[in-house]
Amino acid sequence: MKIHEYQARQLLAAYGIPVPPGKVARSTEEAVRIADEIGLPVVIKAQVLVGGRGKAGGVKLARTTEEVREAANKILTLTIKDIPVEAVLVVKAVEIRKEYYLSVTVDRANKKAVCIVSASGGVDIEELAVKEPEKILKHYIDPLQGPDQKSLRKFLSAAFSKDLLDQAVEATGNLYRLLIDKDCSLVEINPYAQIDETTLIAADAKINFDDNGLPKHAEVEAMRTAEEYSREEIEAKEAGLSFVSLEGDIGCIVNGAGLAMATMDLIKLFGGQPANFLDVGGSSSPQKVLTALQILTRNKNLKAILINIFGGITRCDDIAKGILIAREQIDLPVPLVIRLIGTNEKEGRALLEQAGLEAASEMTAAVKKVLERAKAGV
Amino acid sequence: MGILIDSNTKVLVQGITGRDGSFHAASMLEYGTNVVGGVTPGKGGQEVHGRPVFDTVADAVDAAGADCSVIFVPARFATAALREAADSGIGLIVCITEGVPVLEMLGNYHYIREKGVRLIGPNCPGLINPGESKVGIMPGHIHKPGGIGVISRSGTLTYEVVYNLTLKELGQSTCIGIGGDPVIGTGYIDLLELFESDPDTKGVVIIGEIGGEEEEQAAEYIKKSVSKPVVAFISGRTAPPGKRMGHAGAIISGGKGTAEAKVKAFQEAGVPVADRPDQIPELMKEKLGS
Repeated sequence: MKIHEYQARQLLAAYGIPVPPGKVARSTEEAVRIADEIGLPVVIKAQVLVGGRGKAGGVKLARTTEEVREAANKILTLTIKDIPVEAVLVVKAVEIRKEYYLSVTVDRANKKAVCIVSASGGVDIEELAVKEPEKILKHYIDPLQGPDQKSLRKFLSAAFSKDLLDQAVEATGNLYRLLIDKDCSLVEINPYAQIDETTLIAADAKINFDDNGLPKHAEVEAMRTAEEYSREEIEAKEAGLSFVSLEGDIGCIVNGAGLAMATMDLIKLFGGQPANFLDVGGSSSPQKVLTALQILTRNKNLKAILINIFGGITRCDDIAKGILIAREQIDLPVPLVIRLIGTNEKEGRALLEQAGLEAASEMTAAVKKVLERAKAGV
Repeated sequence: MGILIDSNTKVLVQGITGRDGSFHAASMLEYGTNVVGGVTPGKGGQEVHGRPVFDTVADAVDAAGADCSVIFVPARFATAALREAADSGIGLIVCITEGVPVLEMLGNYHYIREKGVRLIGPNCPGLINPGESKVGIMPGHIHKPGGIGVISRSGTLTYEVVYNLTLKELGQSTCIGIGGDPVIGTGYIDLLELFESDPDTKGVVIIGEIGGEEEEQAAEYIKKSVSKPVVAFISGRTAPPGKRMGHAGAIISGGKGTAEAKVKAFQEAGVPVADRPDQIPELMKEKLGS
C-alpha cells in the first residue's frame, strides 16, 4: 500500500525526523490560509500516488499570496497520469545547499534490511543508479540484531560530513525503527536536504507498506487512499478476490495467481488481449464466482470470458455452482468458455451439463476457443 | 526416490485442529504420508483422524519422533509456529500459511537457518514425492512417480505443469512449491543443487514468475553447476509494472523482475523456455534425448 507525501511526512515527524513546516490543503482558499500561517515563500505540491508529478507541473514555488492562489488553483485542476489532483501539500520553501538520498527497504535476495544512501540525491536518483551505481551506497542490516551503531556510523561517514553525521545516524536508526514498527516495504527521503552548515531535513518523503502487514496496523490501513485502486479492485479485495484491471477485452477468472498470469499470457500468445487478472483464491465459494462475474461484466469493452480452474483446494463443483447462480442472477452479455479440471471435476461437469453448459479440460484448447467466440460474438 | 522427503518421513501438522490443517492432514494420510501427529496449543491429548494432538512441537518430537513439520496456522501466528518448530530439533519445516509479513520473514529466515533447519515456503503448496509422501496441499492423483524434478514459485500453475508431464508419461521425482512471497526459506539454487546430486532425478522443470531476480540467479547457477537437462516456464509476460499480481512477490518494480529478462537469462544458460505449459513435456523429452 502507498500513502501520500503529506501522510509520510507526518510519520517521519512522529519518528523524530525533521520536516519543513507544512500542511495539506484541498482547496485554493485553504492553501492560501496555510501559506499565510507558515509564511512565504512556499512550495505547492500535488498529492498523487504516481511518480513524475514535478515534470507534469504538479510542483510550484510561490513567493506571494497571489502566486499561491494561482499555483494551488492550477495544480488542483490538474490530472496527472489519469489521476485528478484532489489535494496539495503547502510547505515552507527552504534553500537547499545539497541534496542527499536516504532510504531503508527490504533486500529480497540477501534477505536483510538495507540502508541506501547517496550524496547525489534528488529527482534523478534512478538514472544515477543506472549510470553511476558506485555513487549509491548500501549497508545491510541484520534483521535479528538490528542496526549496529558503529558500523552504521562508519558507513554513513562515506556520504555525510562530520557536521551532519550525528543527524544522519540518528535519522537512519529512526527510519529503521519505522520500517519495522509499521511493516513498511520502503521508507525513503529524497531529497534529504542540507539547508545550512549543520541541518538536514526531509524535503520529500515516500513510504510504502507490505500488504501482508496491514492486518497488524489499523492506523496504517486508515491512511489508505482510494486512488491506488479502481472501484472494481476494491470491491474484489473485499470479496477475497485478487483483481487487476487491464486494457484488453478477454475477461479471465482463474484460481491461483501463477495460473492466472499464465492464462493471460496464453491469451496474448494466441493474439488476444486479457481484460484483467483475477485470482479467485483457494477454497473458493460459489459466491466468489458470482462476484467475479459481476465485476467483469461491468467492463464495456468485454468480448468474452474465460473461466480457467485447476482444482486443488478449490473444488470444481463449487465453481460450477457459482456459474449457475450467476447465470440466474445476471444476464451475461458475452460468450463464456469454461475449463474445469482437478478436485471434484466430475461433480462440477455434471452440474454444468444439466444446465446445458460444456467445459473444456485442456487450457490451450479453452484459450483458443474463447478467442474464436470473442471474434464471432456468440 | 527424490529429495528432502520419503515414505519414512514422520510428518507433524501444526494447526491440525483448524479447518485447513484438518482437511489436509486427512488428504496427506490418504495419500500415504506418514503423519504422526499434530500440534495445537491447548488441545494436547485430543485426536484428529486417529493421530495424537500435542500442545507443543517439542512434545510431538519427543513422543512421536516427528522429523518434518507442515504449518497451517493463520498468518498472525506463523512466526511463533515457525520459530517453535525450528527450536524443536525438527529438520524440515514446510510453511503453507499465506500472508506472513515480509519483515517477520526476514528475521525468521535467519533464525531458522542458524539452527541448521530447512524451510520450504511460506505461501506455498508444499512438496510431494509421488507414490511415497505428500507434505502439502496439492492434488496427489495428478502426479506419477518418475525422474523429473519440479521447482515452482506458484501453486495451481505447478499442478497444470505436473498434469501435462504426467499426461506425456514424464513422472516426477519430487515436486516443490517454493512459495510466492519475496522472502522464502529455500530457493531455486538450493533445490537445483539437491536435484543435481539426486540419482533418481533425470531432468528439472523450473516454473518462475515476474518479480525479484531469483530466476536470473538460477539461470546463472545452471550455466555453471547443473549438468542435468533443465526446462523453464515463466508466467506474467503480460503483467503491467507496479501492480502486485496476487502473490506478494509477483511485482515488476523499478524495471526489475520482468518476464523478458528472465526468459533471456534462461535462454542464455541453454535452458529452453516454453511459451505454454503444454509444451514443457516435449521440450524436456528433447533435452533428455540429446
